Amino acid sequence: MKYEAVIGLEVHAQMLTDTKIFCGCSTKFGSGPNTQTCQICIGMPGVLPVLNKKALEFAIRTGLATHCTISSYSRFARKNYFYPDLPKGYQISQYENPICEHGHIEVVVEGEIRKIGITRIHMEEDAGKNIHEGGGNYSFVDLNRTGVPLMEIVSEPDMRSPMEAVAYMKKLRAILRYLGVCDGNMEEGSLRCDANVSIRPEGRKEFGTRAEIKNINSFRFVEKAIEYEIKRQRRVLEDGGKVIQETRLWDSNRGMTESMRSKEEAHDYRYFPEPDLVPIIVEQSVIDEIRSGLPELPEAKMKRFVSDFGLPEYDADFLTSEKAYAEWFEQAINEGCKPKLASNWLMGDFMRLLNEAGTSIEEARVKPAAFAELLKLIDAGTISGKIAKTVFEEMFNTGKSPKEIVAEKGLLQISDESAIEKAVDEVISKHPGEAERFRTGEEKLLGFFVGQVMKATKGKANPQVLNDLIRKKLS
Amino acid sequence: MELFGLGIAELRKMLEKREISAVDIHNSVFNRIDAVEGRVMAYVTVTREKALEMAEQSDKELSAETGKTLSGIPVAVKDNICTKGILTTCASKILSNFIPPYESTATSKLLGKGYVLSGKTNMDEFAMGSSTENSGFHTTRNPWDTDRIPGGSSGGSAAAVAADECIAALGSDTGGSIRQPASFCGVVGLKPTYGRVSRYGLVAFASSLDQIGTLTKNAGDAAILMNIISGRDPQDSTSAPVDVPDFTALLGEDVKGLRIGIPKEYFVGGIDPEVEQAVRSAIKQYEALGAVPVDISLPHTGYAVAAYYVLATSEASSNLARYDGVKYGLRAEGKDLLEMYMRSRAEGFGPEVKRRIMLGTYTLSSGYYDAYYKKAQQVRTLIKNDFEKAFGTVDLIVTPTAPTPAFKAGEKTDDPLQMYLADIFTISVNLAGVPAISIPCGFTGGNLPVGLQLIGRHFDEGLLLKASYAFEQSTEWHKRKPNL
Repeated sequence: MKYEAVIGLEVHAQMLTDTKIFCGCSTKFGSGPNTQTCQICIGMPGVLPVLNKKALEFAIRTGLATHCTISSYSRFARKNYFYPDLPKGYQISQYENPICEHGHIEVVVEGEIRKIGITRIHMEEDAGKNIHEGGGNYSFVDLNRTGVPLMEIVSEPDMRSPMEAVAYMKKLRAILRYLGVCDGNMEEGSLRCDANVSIRPEGRKEFGTRAEIKNINSFRFVEKAIEYEIKRQRRVLEDGGKVIQETRLWDSNRGMTESMRSKEEAHDYRYFPEPDLVPIIVEQSVIDEIRSGLPELPEAKMKRFVSDFGLPEYDADFLTSEKAYAEWFEQAINEGCKPKLASNWLMGDFMRLLNEAGTSIEEARVKPAAFAELLKLIDAGTISGKIAKTVFEEMFNTGKSPKEIVAEKGLLQISDESAIEKAVDEVISKHPGEAERFRTGEEKLLGFFVGQVMKATKGKANPQVLNDLIRKKLS
Repeated sequence: MELFGLGIAELRKMLEKREISAVDIHNSVFNRIDAVEGRVMAYVTVTREKALEMAEQSDKELSAETGKTLSGIPVAVKDNICTKGILTTCASKILSNFIPPYESTATSKLLGKGYVLSGKTNMDEFAMGSSTENSGFHTTRNPWDTDRIPGGSSGGSAAAVAADECIAALGSDTGGSIRQPASFCGVVGLKPTYGRVSRYGLVAFASSLDQIGTLTKNAGDAAILMNIISGRDPQDSTSAPVDVPDFTALLGEDVKGLRIGIPKEYFVGGIDPEVEQAVRSAIKQYEALGAVPVDISLPHTGYAVAAYYVLATSEASSNLARYDGVKYGLRAEGKDLLEMYMRSRAEGFGPEVKRRIMLGTYTLSSGYYDAYYKKAQQVRTLIKNDFEKAFGTVDLIVTPTAPTPAFKAGEKTDDPLQMYLADIFTISVNLAGVPAISIPCGFTGGNLPVGLQLIGRHFDEGLLLKASYAFEQSTEWHKRKPNL
C-alpha cells in the first residue's frame, strides 16, 4: 500500500528583545550561569510579571508577516508542571486566546509554490536549562534563559514530505530574520522545532495517529527525523501494528526517534488564565503602525525577482531565502549585472566558496561592484568564462579587483586570430587521424580539438574565435 | 491615655507639636508588646531594634521639620507582605527562613512616608483560614477573650491593633481576611477595590482576589494609610490606572440622603441573633443620620462560597507550586529530586494548605475544568452583575461582616466547611472586586465586638470612609478597648 505523510511543525523562536518577557533582565546568550536573573524570573514569593511591550510588538510583526489575524483581545495562561528549570512551577504562555491566528506562508518545493497554513502564533516565556555535568548524582540549573521571550508558531498539518517541512522551516526562518525578531540560530537554540508526524493510505481523508517528535535542532535533522519517523510508522502498519499517540525524541547520534512518553503519561498542564496579567487589547491603529513598518518580505521579494528580473522561481526563492543574499544580488544588478548570470554565479561558485570557507555573505571580501566588473570582463571578451571562475576565487580569497588579478596573473583572453591559429595548426598536425575523421563528418570531435587548444593556451583562447578557426581549418 | 492606645492622627498632632518623640511612641508600643504579647501572640516577628532605628531616624527628620505623614508611627505588617531584609514567612514552615531581598510596593510606600515597622504579624498559613489556627507557628488570641480566636487570616494584624501592640496594621484580604478579623477584634478593616493597591510583594494566595488593605483604630487612620498605599504600580499589571483622591478630605461630610442597600440574602438563618441585632441598630443609626435604607437583593449570594473555593484554590494550587525546597525555604532531604520535592512540601505545608492545593489541582484538571473553574467564573460574573445592578439604586450596601462573633479556639478546626462559612458575608465582595470596610457597631452580651460591613462601588473607598467616619462620630463602639 502507498502511504502519504501528514506533517505539522511547532516552532519555538526566541525573540531578539534586549530584555526578558516579564522582567528587565538581559537576554544575552552565553553569560555565566544565573548572572542574568532577578526575583521575578526566578519566581521568588510575591513577585509579579509585567509584559515586555517589545515582545508583543515582535509577535504582532511576525503575525502580520505570515498573513495572520491579529487578535484584538488576547491573554496569557499558566501552563502548570514541575521541572527544575521552571522556577515558578508554571510557564506563562498563551492558550485560549493567542495573539495571532489563521495565517499562512508560501514555500517553493520542486519549483512549485505551496501554501502552508499557520494555526496560531503565541507568546510565552522560555524555561531555564538543566546542565548534566560533573558525573555526580546531581545536575546544575542555569536560569539565564528563564523568561526569554518565545514565540510558538504552530503550522497546520499541511506538509506532505520531509522536504516540504524543511522548506517551510527555512522560509519561516527567513521571515523571522527579515523581520529582525529572531536570529534563527538553531545551534544556540534560538530556533527550535517539534514535528507532528502521521501517515495515512494515499487517498484517505482521515488523519492517522500522530507522533510528536521533539529535540530537532537543525534543518538536516528536520528532514532526517521526519524521514525516519515516516519509515518507522510505515513499518509498524505494514507489520499489522498500530501507531500509538506518543511523544518521541530524536536521537541525532543514532539517527532514530525513541519513545519518550505515551498519551497516557502525557502531562495535564491544567491551563487557566494568568491572573497576574491583564488581557492584551490591541487597537487597530497599533496594528496599522506595525504593518507600515514591515520590511519587504521574502515572498514579495521573490515575486518581484521573478517579475522584474525574469528569474526562475527556484532562483528567486533561493536568493530571497536570506536577506543578505537578496541585498548582495540587488546591488550586483544595480552595478549592471545581468540577473540570471548573477544568480548563477551566486548560487554556484559563490555559495560553494562561502560554504567551504564557513563565512557569511556579509563577511565575504568579494563585493557586488567588483563582481559586476568581472562579468563585464567576460562580456567584453577580456577573459573567458572559464578563467573567470579562477579570477572569482582569487577575488574571494584576496578581495582584489578582477582587473588587478587578470593583469597580475596574465589571464587575458587571447582573441587575436593569428595567435590562436598557431596553436590550432600545432594541434591539427599532432592529431592527423582525428582531423581526418572530423573532415569526414565526425562532428563530435570538435570538442576534442577545442579542449586540446585550450590546454595549450591555458584556457585563455577565446572560445568563439577558436571554434570558428577549427571549423575553417578542417573544412 | 497611654501613647500605644492612640491612633495615627492623634499621635501625628502630638509629634508635630513636639510634645512627644518617635522614640517615646516606640517605647510605649514595645512596652505594651512586652506586657500583652505573651497572651495575644499577634506577631511572628517583632522588629524592636529595627523599629528603634527607624524611630530615631523619624526624630531626626521631625527635628529638622522634614517629618512625613507616618514619621514615628509603628505599623505592623502581615507576614505575607515582603519586607526587604526582614523575615517574611506567610506563617508557613516552608518559608520559615525566608528573608526577601526586595520590598513590597505597599511597604516601600510606607517607608517613603517614614513609618516605623513594629513587626510582622501572624496569620493563617498563606492566608488560608479564618482564625489564625492554620498558622504554622502558633494561634493568635482574641484580645477581647483570649480563649477565642481573632479571626483570620489577618488575625495577627487585627489582634495587634485591638491590643494596642501597634498603631495600625496592613493586612491582606482574599475572601474576608481583613474584614472578618476586624469584626472579631473590634477594629476598622478596609479591603480596597481590587487593583487599588499594588500586590507587588504580597505573597500570592489567589491572585485575582488578593488585595492589601488596612486595619486601624478608626476610619480616619484608614484614610491616612489609603492615601499612601493606593495607586497604579508599574510592577503590578493588575493595579488600576485610576486616580487616587485625598481620602481624608471627605471625612466629616454628612450622609444625608445616602441610599444604603440592605440585601435580604444577608439576613437569613444561621446568623447570630446578637449580631443581627447590632447590625439592625447600626442601620437605624444611619437612618438617624439621614441615610435612606433600601431593601435590595443580591440573588446569587448563595453561590459565592462554592465559586470562591473553586477559584481561590485553583489559583492557589498554581501559586504555591514554586515552593519546592530548591532555592529558598524549607528543604527536606530525599534520595532523589522527586522525593526531595515531595518531602519538602509534605513537611513544609500544613493540612489546610495541602487541602486547598489538592482541591485546586483537581478543579483545574483536564475534564473537570469546565465543570468547576469555568462554571465558577460564570458565577463570579453573575455576582459582579448583582452588585452592579444594586449600585444602580443604592450608594452603599450594608451587611453584617460575619454571621457570628469570634468563636472559641478549636471550635471549628475539625470541620473545614464550618470554618469556610465564617466568610459567607465577605466572599462576594472579593469575587466582584468591589471595596468594603468593617467597622465596630456593637457588642454581644459576652462583650465580643460585632462588625458592620459597608460595601461600595469600584474605587469608591472615599464614600466607605466618609460613611464609616460619620458613624464613628455618632457612636462610641470604636473607642472601647479590651481588658488585657
